[in-house]
Amino acid sequence: MLDIVVPIILTVITAATPLLLAALGELITERSGVLNLGVEGMMVMGAVAGFAVTISTGSPTLGILAGAVAGLLTSLVFAFVTLTLVANQVASGLALTMFGLGLSGLIGESFVGKPGIKLEALHIPGLSDLPVIGPILFSQDLLVYLSFAMIVVVNWFLFRTRAGLILRSVGDNHSSAHALGYSVIGVRYLAVMFGGLMAGLGGAYLSVAYTPLWVENMTAGRGWIALALVVFASWRPTRVAAGAYLFGAVTVLQFHAQALGIGLPSQFLSMLPYLATVVVLVAISGNRRATLFNTPACLGKSFVPDR
Amino acid sequence: MIRIELVKRSQQSRVMSVLSPVIAVALTVIVAGIVFFLQGHNPLEGIWYFFLEPITSLWGIEQLVTKATPLVIIALGLAVCYQSNNWNIGAEGQLTMGAIVGSILPVMFPDFVNPVVLPLMLIMAMIGGALFALIPAQLKIRFGTNEILTSLMLVYCSNLFLDWMVRGPWRSPQGYNFPITVDFHEWAILDGHDFGGVYLNLSALIALILVIVLAVVMRSTLKGFEIRVLGQSPRAGAFAGFNHRRMTLFAFALSGALAGLAGMMVVMTEIQKLQPVISPGYGFTAIIVAFLGRLNPVGILIAGLVIASSYLGGEAIQTSLQMSSKVATVIQGVLLFFVLACDTLILYKVRIVAGRAGEVARA
Amino acid sequence: MTGSDQNKKEALVRRVGGDVPLLEVRNIVKRFGSNTANDDVSLAIMPGEIHALLGENGAGKSTLVKIIYGSLQPNSGSIYWKGKPVTISSPAEARSVGIGMVFQHFSLFESLTVAENIALALPDCKVTDKLSATIARVSESYGLPLDPSAHIVDLSVGERQRVEIVRCLLQNPELIIMDEPTSVLTPQEADQLFITLNRLASEGCAILYISHRLEEVRVLCHHATVMRRAKVVGETDPAEQTVGALAQMMVGSEIARIAREKGKVGPEKVLLKGLSVPSQEAFGVSLKDINLSVRAGEIVAIAGVAGNGQSELFDALSGEEACPKEDMLILDGEAAGFLTINQRRQLGAAFVPEERLGHGAVPALKLSENVVLTRHGTGEGMAKRGFTRFGRAGKVVEAVTHLFDVRKGVNDPEARSLSGGNLQKFVVGREVHRSPGILVVAQPTWGVDAGAAAVIRQSLIDLARKDRAAIIIISQDLDEIFEIADRIAVISRGHLSAAEDADTLTPEKIGLLMAGGAEKKGAAA
Repeated sequence: MLDIVVPIILTVITAATPLLLAALGELITERSGVLNLGVEGMMVMGAVAGFAVTISTGSPTLGILAGAVAGLLTSLVFAFVTLTLVANQVASGLALTMFGLGLSGLIGESFVGKPGIKLEALHIPGLSDLPVIGPILFSQDLLVYLSFAMIVVVNWFLFRTRAGLILRSVGDNHSSAHALGYSVIGVRYLAVMFGGLMAGLGGAYLSVAYTPLWVENMTAGRGWIALALVVFASWRPTRVAAGAYLFGAVTVLQFHAQALGIGLPSQFLSMLPYLATVVVLVAISGNRRATLFNTPACLGKSFVPDR
Repeated sequence: MIRIELVKRSQQSRVMSVLSPVIAVALTVIVAGIVFFLQGHNPLEGIWYFFLEPITSLWGIEQLVTKATPLVIIALGLAVCYQSNNWNIGAEGQLTMGAIVGSILPVMFPDFVNPVVLPLMLIMAMIGGALFALIPAQLKIRFGTNEILTSLMLVYCSNLFLDWMVRGPWRSPQGYNFPITVDFHEWAILDGHDFGGVYLNLSALIALILVIVLAVVMRSTLKGFEIRVLGQSPRAGAFAGFNHRRMTLFAFALSGALAGLAGMMVVMTEIQKLQPVISPGYGFTAIIVAFLGRLNPVGILIAGLVIASSYLGGEAIQTSLQMSSKVATVIQGVLLFFVLACDTLILYKVRIVAGRAGEVARA
Repeated sequence: MTGSDQNKKEALVRRVGGDVPLLEVRNIVKRFGSNTANDDVSLAIMPGEIHALLGENGAGKSTLVKIIYGSLQPNSGSIYWKGKPVTISSPAEARSVGIGMVFQHFSLFESLTVAENIALALPDCKVTDKLSATIARVSESYGLPLDPSAHIVDLSVGERQRVEIVRCLLQNPELIIMDEPTSVLTPQEADQLFITLNRLASEGCAILYISHRLEEVRVLCHHATVMRRAKVVGETDPAEQTVGALAQMMVGSEIARIAREKGKVGPEKVLLKGLSVPSQEAFGVSLKDINLSVRAGEIVAIAGVAGNGQSELFDALSGEEACPKEDMLILDGEAAGFLTINQRRQLGAAFVPEERLGHGAVPALKLSENVVLTRHGTGEGMAKRGFTRFGRAGKVVEAVTHLFDVRKGVNDPEARSLSGGNLQKFVVGREVHRSPGILVVAQPTWGVDAGAAAVIRQSLIDLARKDRAAIIIISQDLDEIFEIADRIAVISRGHLSAAEDADTLTPEKIGLLMAGGAEKKGAAA
């Protein structure tokens, strides 16, 4: 029994990791009151940069760093347009996605079909030999460890540090935060950049660890699912983690469904993550009070200080 | 330190509302020049091939109209959505489902051959697109579910559904196992007619009529007024006696219907059967068109032509300069960013300020 | 209040004795574009002094306060703290100097706890048990009890103000700025606040007290600076002035007196019979068994502290929220509970909501379009066969502009470009111009200068007396209510007291009703 369950859990974790990284980043962005719908664009930029740097330097670690930087730089375009020039956040997020998909396609054209280098797993001596939890928790690659850590770090940052308190205050009421002397725009720039960095990492994970290849539009809507996860989790990091693993499981289910004797055409199984997203969004929006209470009150609203 | 400061205008600037798209296009041309330069080409040459060369021939103009038509039709519907604050970004999926529903006639009833087939197909496509668009609309008004995410998720579903249809139940027995349906019969396709060397079909005319109708609706009917009021201020809309739930249904149904119509006409004109991919992302590009046209029907007509020319430009630089046609997508994205950024000029005066807040030194 | 008198004497001695002022601003100038908000403003505050800053809305009080608190920078002028020149470039710097501020509204974070809200205003302070204990102790000792772990959304308006004050006190300020602190309080809550303020002053803390409520300034403050049109126009000891004299300093010229005599009432126009509406929103108020009758020719006011069901009552009257039963609301003899807002307008009713921008008017639409907003369904030809007729609406704009003296830059500007007072004149005028038989107005003169307020109040009285309309005014401003209402009812937590003749009611009695006396049934809870 265990030799079936452990590999399934491992594939669930790998499928969930890119979602988790991107969603935790977007959670911080949205907690500051900024709705960045460009996660897909930032992820795909991270994926192409990660792949390109990995195969040109031979180092997956450098590739992952490059992915993070690419995501961050992409997010800066969004930050400038929406925070400095107060453009509509919804439209700018869409623009960022299209821009990212286009630019990554252009950059990645010469890499299509080339074999990549996979990020190696880091076995933690002693612990990785433990039954069950050894392979699941202590024989993963760097980014999976990072994703585990980020669940704790983001949660601690938001609810236990002063900076996290300031971030939440900016998202709750930007006018008051400004009146108390906090730099609303400054905080939001940092939050958007963190979101970009994490989305870039999530994208790099796809092209360096998950499937070490470059395929155009290889994020395949994962950025959008990450966005949905943040709503689903009502802006709480631990629930984002739970949601990401749930979606990882749904994604994996489509690969195992045929083996389990579910006779649905493959196209319908491929729809599962997207349909699950819709179902989950509907379910969560039923609980209005919880959603209302946790939603950053300034989400999506532009702020212009009077001078 | 140099900062950018915004100063709110008391009135929208009329000059800027005309000028801002022009500035955005100009900035995009400059960025495009830089992209061409970085790729090792003469920027002026690149700009010529990308922006201008395609429309110097009659064939180019024909292609321009063909590409612009679906973009304009879809963007008209999306503009109504966005003006009423309903964020439908799933037009690509509504286009696909519309085309599937409309194709029921030629694929499943190939013997039903007469002149009513074509209008029936268009109507069925509109119904199909509208019904598919009503899913996120219903979820929004019943449960408050975010329509951006649901409408987008349904795009993936509809594309997979089309994929299944053409590989499964609708695969043509004569198709040598290719994932295609039977070819449409002659009453189910749109032929071009010769207009002084340019072959154009009915769809361009329909697009033009729709532009005029929607321009009138938005400008001088109570419905158009309702759309604008509810979009800007739902509370004031309720005070005016308008119902924002009904508006959400209306806006989604309209944009879904128009996307379905556009999808059907693309299939009838260009490919004349169904296959796994029927649109080069018209449903997404139309979002750019809607914003570039400032959500105004006449503006959308112009924007549709501009964006269509960028598709042709992509092909042109591929043949002339051996550059990737993906440059076109990048330039479209850049253009949308500039449009959004330049819209700031309509509501704000932008000042570049050196030094700390307060000690204002105007640059 | 002998303690208060003692404070007053001491403050006077310091001022006359030529001590160094705690805070002095000299020749402050602040411009926004072409508009000068502060023009050569100077003022000095002594330690332990409760210093009133008086002025109408738009006189420049808020701008001056923001400059003192570091949220805005002056174009020129200087600030001295204990005799030494300082620049205050941010609120954080103001706080480190020893200046605290209690904001009028919108300065708390609703989804955060009391302790988190307070921590945000303190330098390098995290939410710890120690902080919570300090909050509990300080709040208790000043008579402002608070639960540090409560979320702001769940607190009443009065409790929220306590959070603001405690937040300010924990910074150990030597000067506290208070912006219209009593505008959200019941008279009794205000009295409690005055005790706290006097105690602070006796401990040596100076208070800059911004208000346009002259009576309380006379009782509370040791010194007053009066501003008008961006300038300081006078200084005085408010206790030695009459309210009338202070008002005249603020306004400059004599305010137009409201002409009012009792009229004869006609037939019943509005009847609320046991109106109960459960709250639709998570943090809303449910209306409970509301009964009210309003006759032609009379003005009935509904008093109450904000957030006690006023907006829910307005929505039920206007039809933006349908009544649960058809006969809970009778308009002009017809059961109107299920009618839409436009059907009610066709019965001759008109409505003016509290929020001018975003409810009564669409900010980015022109005035003519905003006329169509409320009058497209009234059969006046603003819309015909589905087409709008903005030309006709433009004529209404002209008429309203003329009747109500609406000041605007261009002929048909966007609503958002009008000043608050002028926009209010427009949204009231837009409805009064129809000569409605029934008018429901929420906060008719909220945030409006005295001149515009007089015009609006006069128009309401004329509408009742001359055009025989039945008028319901929902207001928090007791002065206004006593000025124009014939009868007064009080709303408290969704209950409405019986409407009583304005001549037999006193502000004290209304205060008691506001504090919960309106809940005849279920008051035990």
